[in-house]
Amino acid sequence: MNAKPRTLPVSYRLAVASRVLAAVFGGYLVAALVSVSLSLWLPGARAEAVVIGMMTSFLVYLLAVIWCFACASAWRAWFGLMVPGLMLAALAGLAHGMGRP
Amino acid sequence: MKEGFRQAMAWLHTWAGLILGWLLFAIFLTGTLAYFKSETSRWMQPEIPVRSVSAETSLTVAQHYLEQHAAGASHWLIELPGARRQGLSVHWEAAAGKPGQHGEQLLDPLTGTEVHPRETLGGEFFYRFHFELQMPYPWGRWLASIAAMLMFVALISGIITHKKIFKDFFTFRPRKGRRSWLDGHYAVGVLVLPFHLMITYSSLVMFMMMVMPAGILAVYKDNAQTFYQEALPEDEVRPAVGNPGQLLSLAPLLEQANRLGTGGRVAEVTVNHPGDANASVVMAFDGADRVVHDFGRTVTFDGVTGRQLDATPERSLPVAIAGSFFGLHMGHFASPVLRWLYFLCGLAGTAMIGTGMVIWVGKRQLKHAQSAGMPLELRLVDVLNIASMSGLMLAVATYFWANRLLPVAMAGRSDWEVNGFFIVWGLSLLHAMLRRGRAAWVEQLALAALLFGAVPLLNALTTPYHLGMSLAQSDGAMAGFDLACLASGLFFAWSAWKIRRSGRTQAVSTKRPRSMVLEQEAN
Repeated sequence: MNAKPRTLPVSYRLAVASRVLAAVFGGYLVAALVSVSLSLWLPGARAEAVVIGMMTSFLVYLLAVIWCFACASAWRAWFGLMVPGLMLAALAGLAHGMGRP
Repeated sequence: MKEGFRQAMAWLHTWAGLILGWLLFAIFLTGTLAYFKSETSRWMQPEIPVRSVSAETSLTVAQHYLEQHAAGASHWLIELPGARRQGLSVHWEAAAGKPGQHGEQLLDPLTGTEVHPRETLGGEFFYRFHFELQMPYPWGRWLASIAAMLMFVALISGIITHKKIFKDFFTFRPRKGRRSWLDGHYAVGVLVLPFHLMITYSSLVMFMMMVMPAGILAVYKDNAQTFYQEALPEDEVRPAVGNPGQLLSLAPLLEQANRLGTGGRVAEVTVNHPGDANASVVMAFDGADRVVHDFGRTVTFDGVTGRQLDATPERSLPVAIAGSFFGLHMGHFASPVLRWLYFLCGLAGTAMIGTGMVIWVGKRQLKHAQSAGMPLELRLVDVLNIASMSGLMLAVATYFWANRLLPVAMAGRSDWEVNGFFIVWGLSLLHAMLRRGRAAWVEQLALAALLFGAVPLLNALTTPYHLGMSLAQSDGAMAGFDLACLASGLFFAWSAWKIRRSGRTQAVSTKRPRSMVLEQEAN
């Protein structure tokens, strides 16, 4: 895949850069949103929900990074993060609207 | 990236592993050394006498010293000696409005006399470096966490890439050059895979409140302190009333705390407002008797009446799970045999990272075998490999040598031990840049072999605690340190010899003029 960097087209390089950005920043954002949603929605004491949310987030981050490099195109990588990201944001917003902690 | 899932994961494994591979190598090596933090400190401060006295005796000694030297302090902190920790240290803090009353002192737990060992960070240096990277707070911790996340990605993508992982494990092909490196990489990777996964994920959990604070912010807004109080409740500290009161003898309180049986040995005793009618005594357990690390579990007594005031409640399940990751990572609970196993697993992790970096260069060198020059990026990775691996070994050896050779009374000697570590590490980088490829490996490893191999001799010449004596007295930490250094020295000598010899056979088989071969090896 990286055999002869000089012969690789610019479009390929841009696609790789785009995937890296999606994985690093998009992945972190989705992971953070998962931890927020779990913190807000899990039953039980709120401190416990926060701890579970934080511990889960790294696994989500890992999956998001793998997704970004496993999917067919860079566009799909972004799309695949955007959908769960928006859903999680809506979930967190809903909790906020309902006045959960 | 259209070649399929496994190829994509191979790409991810290669690059996620490379980016911070050098840093990860250093983190893994120093972290592995930190499993013997106490033993390293013991070797580096041989002046501290080894005593086997009961915790009650030590506590009485400490109380006596503090009553004489720090009677008006607002807090006392007494760190009791343990199975792996020599010396009894006492700290005190001034009462408000009484400056100048602040200090700490190391005591002989048997006699109570002051002990003044040589200034050094000891094993603490490796422990701190492996997550703070000698950087100001919080940058080192952030960088280490980023490295941990990359390690996590590299591990999982590596597992996916090598789905025939167990078959590969049983096909070790020694003496096959590059093939052996790859098989070695699989072997150390797979053999202790559960350890790698545990150590990497737990390192993220340990810094989760710093690197993933979104949940705390969402629930507690700007009252993060409330979260800590709810997750890890602490005993309340009573304020002083201002009337004098006679502090009880602490030793019976220690017995009482141990009898409560909430787990473990009392490691630290804090006395709040000694001499006040409202004095309180906080006994903190070290929790080394169980896997789940507990973040400062304590029991509090009234310092005048001896009544139990408070005790930390049992932790909630999620906090206990997080605590078990802390505990598994640090391995405080480990008995000597398990501690050695931890150490070997850590070395395997270090070796896995190191072999991976060597393979990265080796694979790409093949493509340039026929041409005279080597692309800049390959040369860069090669130089960084040499400096980060063999150079780091030299730096560690220098740290130990500096501990024995710098004058005991030298001002700032503890800083100079650390400076020596970094100066030699920097010099190894310079050496790797000037000398090419294989020659640099061989020379640095040979020097490391010499420095490590001679540590027992150095110890015998500079202290009375030579191997003959430490073995006769079955002083495990002292003898173990010397022998481990000797073993490392032998290993480095063997590696240097192997690398040198493999260069020679290559030279013979290709039948090229020596100068050209050297040129090629450098690539």
